[in-house]
Amino acid sequence: MNTTTIGTPAAIPADWRDFLALTKPRVLTLVVFTGLCGLLAAPVGVHPVIGFTAILCIAMAAGAAGALNQWYESDLDARMKRTAKRPLPAGRMDRDTAFQFGVGLGVFSVILMGLAVNLVAAAILAVSILFYVVVYTIWLKRRTPQNIVIGGAAGAFPPMIGWAAATGDVTLMPVLLFTLIFLWTPPHFWALALFVKTDYANAGVPMLPVVAGERVTRQQIGLYTLPMAACAIAPWPLGFAGWIYGLTAVGASAWFAWLALRVSTRTTGTDDAMQPEKRLFAFSILYLFALFGALVVDRMLLA
Amino acid sequence: MTPEEERIVRQRQRSRALVLALLLGGFVVLMYAISIIKMTGD
Repeated sequence: MNTTTIGTPAAIPADWRDFLALTKPRVLTLVVFTGLCGLLAAPVGVHPVIGFTAILCIAMAAGAAGALNQWYESDLDARMKRTAKRPLPAGRMDRDTAFQFGVGLGVFSVILMGLAVNLVAAAILAVSILFYVVVYTIWLKRRTPQNIVIGGAAGAFPPMIGWAAATGDVTLMPVLLFTLIFLWTPPHFWALALFVKTDYANAGVPMLPVVAGERVTRQQIGLYTLPMAACAIAPWPLGFAGWIYGLTAVGASAWFAWLALRVSTRTTGTDDAMQPEKRLFAFSILYLFALFGALVVDRMLLA
Repeated sequence: MTPEEERIVRQRQRSRALVLALLLGGFVVLMYAISIIKMTGD
């Protein structure tokens, strides 16, 4: 029986809501959305049931990766205010249960994707789980301030998997979508890291603001924004998307660049509420939703 | 185990079993639909 580790000496099984929390449902939203958009933006149609299965597999795989991340990082999570209430650090579930749940869900998602959808999508799905758990969580996160730069690739896989689920292959367009999320991740996470810097420092995570300081982090946010914006706009001139996507990408990227510029050119004052950083972080999420949403609308109306 | 803890254990076992049953039911329906689509090629 699965038991809690602290709190009571008795064997109390974890609640099903704790298993749900282990999958990081809020992160899942963006993963599922970008995966779905990759699937819908592909030039080949897919049966709705197969499409649903592909998205379900992407969601399960992301949930598995999240569970294994929490399994490995329960000590870190316990030291950070933002994560201390998660099931493992709060003692509502033991680590073995989280590990078994994560591995089981991950293996199941890959097998289902391979059997019901196609092997290319299943292979990329397996790589994305392993990349997030092994390369990002276990290898990089505690070792280098470049953790989220390279680890960001893990979050960039969903649109590529969605595309591969529909077409059975990977062309330049899904690679562009992958690169867009890959380049978006550093400014997104570093904006967050700037206003929860103390949390990361207390937990001993070598995030860029902790290791290299705020000035470098702000510069890097600005530097990554440029290629990210170029990559976001690229599908339009390259002929992979029409004007609906193109204009959305230009407008949203210009606003992102303005917010990033404000973050890049300021310094933190005493009792600073970090509003520009919080605004950039919040908009960065909306930015991806807007771009991928526009891509699908563009495909449906103009293709 | 105190009666209160025992009550919590039973309650959690029941809710987990119910959620698992629903998931399994959904999985069976999904497998059925996938099989039909694969067989008919539609």
